[in-house]
Amino acid sequence: MKGVSTTVAPGYVPEPAPAVDECPAVDAAVRLERVSKRFGARMVLDDVTFAVPRSRAFCILGRSGTGKSVTLRHIIGLVKPDAGQVFVDGLEITALGSRGLADVRRRMGFLFQAGALFDSLTVGDNVAFPLRRHTKLPEDEIRQRAQEKLAAVGLEHEFDKMPADLSGGMRKRAGLARAMALDPAVLLVDEPSAGLDPITTREIDQLLIERKRHGTTLVVVTHNIPSARLLGDDFALLHGGKIVARGTAQDLDASDDPLVQAFMRSEGGG
Amino acid sequence: MPAALIVDRVGDVVLGFFATAGALAVFAGRAVVEAFRPPYDFAEILRHLYQFGLRSMPLIVTAGFAIGVVLSMHTRASLERFGAEAMIPAGLAIALIRETGPLTAGLLVAGRVGAGIGAEIGAMRVTEQIDALEASAVDAFKYLVVTRVVACMVAMPVLTTMMNFSGVIGGYVSEAALSGMPWQLYFERSFMFIGFADLIPATLKTIVFGFLIAIVGSYLGFTTGGGTEGVGNASTRSVVLASILLILSNVLLVRLIFFFYPPAHG
Repeated sequence: MKGVSTTVAPGYVPEPAPAVDECPAVDAAVRLERVSKRFGARMVLDDVTFAVPRSRAFCILGRSGTGKSVTLRHIIGLVKPDAGQVFVDGLEITALGSRGLADVRRRMGFLFQAGALFDSLTVGDNVAFPLRRHTKLPEDEIRQRAQEKLAAVGLEHEFDKMPADLSGGMRKRAGLARAMALDPAVLLVDEPSAGLDPITTREIDQLLIERKRHGTTLVVVTHNIPSARLLGDDFALLHGGKIVARGTAQDLDASDDPLVQAFMRSEGGG
Repeated sequence: MPAALIVDRVGDVVLGFFATAGALAVFAGRAVVEAFRPPYDFAEILRHLYQFGLRSMPLIVTAGFAIGVVLSMHTRASLERFGAEAMIPAGLAIALIRETGPLTAGLLVAGRVGAGIGAEIGAMRVTEQIDALEASAVDAFKYLVVTRVVACMVAMPVLTTMMNFSGVIGGYVSEAALSGMPWQLYFERSFMFIGFADLIPATLKTIVFGFLIAIVGSYLGFTTGGGTEGVGNASTRSVVLASILLILSNVLLVRLIFFFYPPAHG
């Protein structure tokens, strides 16, 4: 792998990013305000604040175990913060009951790191699952839409296969097709390129860019800097549960923080 | 080992037991409440009915037949001494329908279905499928737990009836082989002393068995942690805990049945 190592000096203490986000609350599709989360003795998120404007792609970078996936889980309400608030489309989801939360989730899609396909359903039924649950479309139209979503990720011939018969990368792509099934306003993507070959990674990136052009807000957790540069409008770098750098790719490139430099100069994928 | 350490460990075990029992009770209570709240997932219930009911049928029918044969041989050995061979069909039918059928069917389903529920939901937990359901705006508890509990409660009385029936057939085959008793006479004698109080409460008590089997498997699956090892543990513990609860609840249920239908009137 070319590029600068992401190893930083022991005892490295980065400068914290500004606590208040510049994006006005009303324009934000997703907004976290002073969110903190602790699992046992470990502080996973520490006073995290950011906002993602509509139809933009926000990339969360950081080393493994710095709370990136937990941040995504907060946004869709799978994890509740110990402190702070999470807003989606202006609604404070931390204050919603199960029905209110379900309404918000219907407008969101989530790609899990390993795809998280339902292994008792075929690939096609996985993609059709949200359509069957949340729309009153006739069955043939549901199948057609599921087929289209699968075709968009290059899996049009895998409709009747079981998830166990797919490779890891194919499962991930099928997971993305399922996440996009309801054409969500907000798409949360956890490591879209992990385990994928460079060509498929580029195709997935193009697909996500296409979603963004159609108005979808993207929140992407990734280690893949070339992919993030292609997708992202705004970036945040998480370290030790805190956002230590935030801004556009140019802002981060210009940073003299060694951790930010290490990340932005790396060319590693996956 | 110092006494304080022993007290500590015993205390941990006792507290852990009560914590688990409490969590299981809350989980079961939630399942009951959610079962009455729409929407109802009939397609999933039917799918589980097929899995738990129809696919358990070969095991239940085979076991029932074998138990019928064995019970018949034991009953013959006992009653022959008193010259009461004519009572063999009735004795076997009463033993089967009142106790052996329901309890054996319960234990067999706890083994087959309980383990399956624990393993399936546990695997869904560790592979984030439960989170994926929630992220898809689906109430995972209703979708996974309530549908399984309802299906198991519906399947158990049907499976028990099948076990009783195949047991009686097994008894007849054994009896026909040993004494050449005609089948009309065998069945007439089998059901001569079987009344409402023998058949209905004993069959319906298996609804409680079905509830316990599905709740225990679902709870242990839902709370699985620790990867594939955790899934294996959930599966094994589902069978053990469901079997224990089933046997203990049977004591209470039989007492309850005898309270409402005293044996003298049965």
